[in-house]
Amino acid sequence: MKLYIARRLLLLLPLLMGITFITFLLTKALPGDPAYGLVGERSNPETIEKIRKEIGADKGIVRQYAGYVSLLARGELGRSYYTNRKVLDDILEKFPNTMRLALGAMLLSVPVGLALGLLSALRKDSATDRLISGITISFLSVPVFWSGLILMMIVSLWLRLVPPSGTGDIRYMMLPCLTLALPSLATVARVTRTSVLGVYRLPYVRTARAKGLTKARITAFHVMKSALIPVITIIGLDFASYLNGAVLTETIFGWDGIGRFTMEGIMKRDYPVIMGCIITGTTVFVLVNLIMDVAYHIVDPRVRVHAEDR
Amino acid sequence: MRKTGKIALIVIIAIMLLSLGGPFVWPQDPEEINLDSVKAHPSWTHPLGTDNKGRDVVARILYGAKISVGVAVVAAVLSMGIGLVVGVISGYAGGKVDIAIMAAVDLILSFPSLLLAIGVSVVLPPGVYTVMIALAAVGWASFARLIRGTVLVLRESTYIDAARALGCSWKRILFVHLIPQCIPLALVVAGVRLGGYVLTEAALSFLGLGAQPPTATWGSMVSTGRMFISSAPWMVIPPGLMIAVTALCFNIVGDELREWQDIDKDG
Repeated sequence: MKLYIARRLLLLLPLLMGITFITFLLTKALPGDPAYGLVGERSNPETIEKIRKEIGADKGIVRQYAGYVSLLARGELGRSYYTNRKVLDDILEKFPNTMRLALGAMLLSVPVGLALGLLSALRKDSATDRLISGITISFLSVPVFWSGLILMMIVSLWLRLVPPSGTGDIRYMMLPCLTLALPSLATVARVTRTSVLGVYRLPYVRTARAKGLTKARITAFHVMKSALIPVITIIGLDFASYLNGAVLTETIFGWDGIGRFTMEGIMKRDYPVIMGCIITGTTVFVLVNLIMDVAYHIVDPRVRVHAEDR
Repeated sequence: MRKTGKIALIVIIAIMLLSLGGPFVWPQDPEEINLDSVKAHPSWTHPLGTDNKGRDVVARILYGAKISVGVAVVAAVLSMGIGLVVGVISGYAGGKVDIAIMAAVDLILSFPSLLLAIGVSVVLPPGVYTVMIALAAVGWASFARLIRGTVLVLRESTYIDAARALGCSWKRILFVHLIPQCIPLALVVAGVRLGGYVLTEAALSFLGLGAQPPTATWGSMVSTGRMFISSAPWMVIPPGLMIAVTALCFNIVGDELREWQDIDKDG
């Protein structure tokens, strides 16, 4: 187990290198001076000069990339073109807000998604199953920026139940969390359904049936345990949808997280902000998936044994 | 194909026909500014009202369909093409080439897709082509991985052995014997993913990275309309509904395709 985690952590390094390499290439492709692209044009001339030397615009691409990475390693994501604040400081301040929304959405989407998925697997091909399938595929097809606006229009502007926008307590969180949760609960429900139906076909379930256990009992005590495993992976992969969705929902609901920060960066073409947000978002996504993979190893004895063999 | 699948397919075809024939069906100009009828309520002349510049919402939706659906389709085809060639090369070449290509694929897939698409979009001048490039730059990776898996199996088949024995060059094997064999699968996967392309295109347009004003796209219409959501909800509801319906129909057809071909469940 420890060996597995160690190996995964080691594999993280080339991945992070790759991610920074892509953002580096994107920064290089930006119009204008790459030094400005990194630190912002309002930085003092010495910094610009220093950065220029460090990334060595005249030197080979490898040297330039090395300079870029050493900047990043020191937590230097550059300064905003507009506020001249360090991008890293802003991101550290706003990121917890984004995580709050993501966790709130997860609290909604995982239990509801599991319940819906289970229900439609139990009642396969019934009217309930078809209804749930219809709901989930619709949730996956509605753009979050639109469902967010519609929710805001109905719940805040017509019914006046919660404030339409702002950053704050649970009243402010409800709508953005719900918006983010819709597509992701659909994903969880669909994967749960497929996974449970897959396990139903296994011989040990037939044995349990032959022993005379009821379908509900088998599902609760025998099937769920193995069926949940792929769901764990999907929850990790689906974390991307919270980060993608954050850009859209936070913009709509005026939530002070890195999603809205990214959007503001896009509007003003504030490149250090945009690139900083992309690096942070992707790194968090990769880490979440690492944690999920480790969790997968803990709950699934089959994978565990297999890994220890090696 | 089930009944819902058929209906979805018909709706898609209808939307595509309307987007092409829009100007003939609905002769109003989508870009004509009329400051005398700003944010006009829905009426006989403007069934879905007008926007903040007095432009007819129906005309803009019809016009926007061409871009919203068109860009998504072109981007899906582009991703498919790149993924097909790269995947076949990766699978057939094996060894270091394969390792390098698959590392690149893993790398692309480790980004949250919209964030990477944003990254690609901001370095290019905003516009329709930028969105296509951004979607394809992100989208080719999953095609490549899938195609590679198929080629790993095909590579061992006797007809490839025979081609090799006849002295075919690797180019000929690639382009004449392997790629055509993978096209049906690639097309199915493209079909499965189209709904996602529609949504990402809409998101990029919403963020202002797509076609620039005054050109209408569904995503940018929602984006403009959100400022007027309480005074003119007709600016927001119809274009968003069009995105949802289009994506829904593509997803329904995609599900049918997926079941039919029994391909990956993660998509």
